[in-house]
Amino acid sequence: MSDITSQSLTSLVKNIKEKKLSSEDVTKAFVKRSEKSKELNSYISEDFSNAINKAKKFDEKPNLDLKLPGIPMAVKDLFCTKNIRTTAGSKILENFVPTYESTVTQNIWNEGAILLGKLNCDEFAMGSSNETSFYGNVQNPIDKGLVPGGSSGGSAAAVSGQLTPITIGTDTGGSIRQPASFTGTVGLKPTYGSCSRYGIVAFASSLDQAGPMAQNVQDCALLQEVISSYDNKDSTSIDFKRNQYSKDLTKDIKGKKIGIPKEYRVEGMPKEIEELWQKGITYAKDCGAEIVDISLPHTSYALPTYYIVAPAEASSNLARYDGVKYGFRAKGENLIDMYEKTRSEGFGAEVQRRIMIGTYVLSSGYYDAYYLKAQKVRKLIKNDFDEAYKKVDAILTPSTPSSAFKIGEKKDDPVSMYLNDIFTVPVNLAGLPAISIPAGHDAAGYPLGLQIIGKAFKEQEILNLAYAMEDKINFKNKISDWWIK
Amino acid sequence: MSINLKTIKHISKLSRISVDEQKAEKLAGDLNAIFKFIEKLNELNTDKVEPLTSVAETTLKFRSDEVKNQNIRDQIIKNSPEDNEDFFVVPKVVE
Repeated sequence: MSDITSQSLTSLVKNIKEKKLSSEDVTKAFVKRSEKSKELNSYISEDFSNAINKAKKFDEKPNLDLKLPGIPMAVKDLFCTKNIRTTAGSKILENFVPTYESTVTQNIWNEGAILLGKLNCDEFAMGSSNETSFYGNVQNPIDKGLVPGGSSGGSAAAVSGQLTPITIGTDTGGSIRQPASFTGTVGLKPTYGSCSRYGIVAFASSLDQAGPMAQNVQDCALLQEVISSYDNKDSTSIDFKRNQYSKDLTKDIKGKKIGIPKEYRVEGMPKEIEELWQKGITYAKDCGAEIVDISLPHTSYALPTYYIVAPAEASSNLARYDGVKYGFRAKGENLIDMYEKTRSEGFGAEVQRRIMIGTYVLSSGYYDAYYLKAQKVRKLIKNDFDEAYKKVDAILTPSTPSSAFKIGEKKDDPVSMYLNDIFTVPVNLAGLPAISIPAGHDAAGYPLGLQIIGKAFKEQEILNLAYAMEDKINFKNKISDWWIK
Repeated sequence: MSINLKTIKHISKLSRISVDEQKAEKLAGDLNAIFKFIEKLNELNTDKVEPLTSVAETTLKFRSDEVKNQNIRDQIIKNSPEDNEDFFVVPKVVE
């Protein structure tokens, strides 16, 4: 069975199409391994027996023309799934059962995939270590006591630990790429407007994007092809010509110009990250790419901008959790008292902190000084990228300023936790696509990732670059199955 | 600039999140650290910069406003923490 769960998505699809494996074989293998992996705490809700029944049903009349024929898949618990509890990692949605399906997950089921369960994440996707989840920490399969990153921590751990062949996460400031980097997996944040936000529990609407998290670039391209679609249920969905990302994938990147932004060489960055970056530059050259030095002068302003824009939008989006129509309710003496106690008991500390920051920067007398200022700096950050893309096709940076850290290490210091996203946040502010690929290990043997940032709507371009570089890097994840007794 | 307990109480009221003294002190500390970090933006002169409101340089699309009856009334009501089968129930608001 274990040889099934170690296969890539692409290989599982091929084996099912060639009738060498049935959907039931594959689904049972992932269910069995997931059941033995409780210690990782990757799942918030399991749907295993339904999954096996659906697999049997698929096998009775298999449609092998689909892109994900009978493939089992667990998804981040931020995607609404019809009739299946969706918590967003929060106590306030502990008993919430959506009456509708998110467009992105619907696209996945339409191509024949089968839901395994809902994966753990930071509460409302606010966090970089999965420690803000009401449903507990997630363990990184790389080593016991290590965070998997966040907010898509359960998703990253599930792919890395082979509890699901592939998954989807969401990325508002790095929530796909940082956990991918921490777990030795591939994560793509698509261009803003590429994947519908309909049915995704909202955090910061001008930044949120769904994207694939996979074992390799080819699998990632295949899932991107499935989830990216124009959707009139999301008014910010963009109608552009989408590639057949997996079919159009090529390692021929000869002559592509790759920019190296000097501002990403930040103070206090560990030597091994700098060395990884240099190694990445060498790999890109070996693949025939041309390296160009560029400048993104406003990089250091991205995090402060993000910590105004994202909480401002969150404070507005999370106003709906009032204990009336759904979710948790605390007892109160009157209506206002009920609201205040519900939100105080229903939200965790980090979510409350961000709602308060957001409320403050939007409040009368402070709007211009904070929110308007941040929107202006956001423009400057986007201008930096527009200027750079006159000279280059893509940009190469490290994904994170460090490898995965220990559970509890940064929990009580919000600013040091926020610094995790220093290389990923500018991409969300500018609405660009970016991919993190595993590229090496640090001294402790923990994975490190490289980030390739593309022009808007040029997912194919960065997937191709990642595909070519992946071949040269030849990364092998060091997973000992320590959690399986 | 420093955020004092009075400001925290004010924000907590606007946010509809109750805070006791202990939580207010912790929040004041956290928010001051975060705002110190945010103040970096004041280094930049942005007088002549247009604010960015959307990264997608397109205008929002309109769609027709159609009523679609999905017959999910009962399911929606079922998600509420308190109901009388027909309505959402909240604490009394009028005497």
